[in-house]
Amino acid sequence: MTLLVTVFAAITCTLIWYRSAPDSSMHFGTLCLMFWGASIMWFVDAVVEYGELGADFFMQDPADMLNDLYLGLSVIALGLIIWLIVLIVKDPRGIVRASITRNRD
Amino acid sequence: MACFLVPASEAVITTVAEKIIKSKEHDESSQKTEVPKVHFSEKLSWLNRMLWGGSALLAFEHLWHGEVIPTFPFLTAVQNGETEDMLAEMGTAGVGMAVAVTLIWAGMLVASRVIENRKNTAVEATKEEI
Repeated sequence: MTLLVTVFAAITCTLIWYRSAPDSSMHFGTLCLMFWGASIMWFVDAVVEYGELGADFFMQDPADMLNDLYLGLSVIALGLIIWLIVLIVKDPRGIVRASITRNRD
Repeated sequence: MACFLVPASEAVITTVAEKIIKSKEHDESSQKTEVPKVHFSEKLSWLNRMLWGGSALLAFEHLWHGEVIPTFPFLTAVQNGETEDMLAEMGTAGVGMAVAVTLIWAGMLVASRVIENRKNTAVEATKEEI
C-alpha cells in the first residue's frame, strides 16, 4: 500500500512538472525524483518480500493495510515538507528574501 | 532492517563526485556549443535526488516500524543481536535498491543522449539547407 501511494504521488508530481516545464522555478523535478527514488526502492523491497512469501504477499490483514496507507500518506507529507524546505532555502523567485528585506525596512 | 543505508552510502559518494565534476565543468564552460548540452554534473544530480529522497523516505518507514531508534546503536537489529540478518538484508534488498535506481538513471542518461543527438542532427540539417 505504501508503494502504491508513493507511485501515485510520483505520477501526479511528474504530470505537474511536465505541465509547468520549461519553468523549473518551483523545483517540481526534485519532488518527482524523490518520490520516484522511493517508489523504485519500495518496489525492490516488495519483489524481495514476494520472493520470500509468494502469493501470501498479497493477502494482507486489513489492519496492516490501513497502517500501510497511513504510512504512505505520512511519507507523502514528509516528501512535501522536504520539497518545501528546498524551495524556501533556494528561493528561486526571491520571495522569501524580498519579504525579509521589506520587514527590515 | 537497514536496507536504506546502502542507497544512502551511494548517495554520499555520488554527491562528492557531483561537486568535483561540477568544479571541473565550471572551468571548461567557456567552450560554447551550438546546441546547449546538459552538463554531466546536472545529470548526476538526478541520481543524487533519487538516492537521497528515496533513502530519507525509507528511513522514515524504518522509524515508523521501530527498526531505527533515536538512541545508540540506532538500529533495533544490532540491539537485538540480529546483525547477520541485517547485513544479509542489506546485501539483497539494499544492494538491489541501489542497483535498480542506478540502472533507471542510466536509462535516463541514454534517453537524454538520444534527444541531444537528435537536436544536433536537426541543427546540422538546417545549416546545410542554408
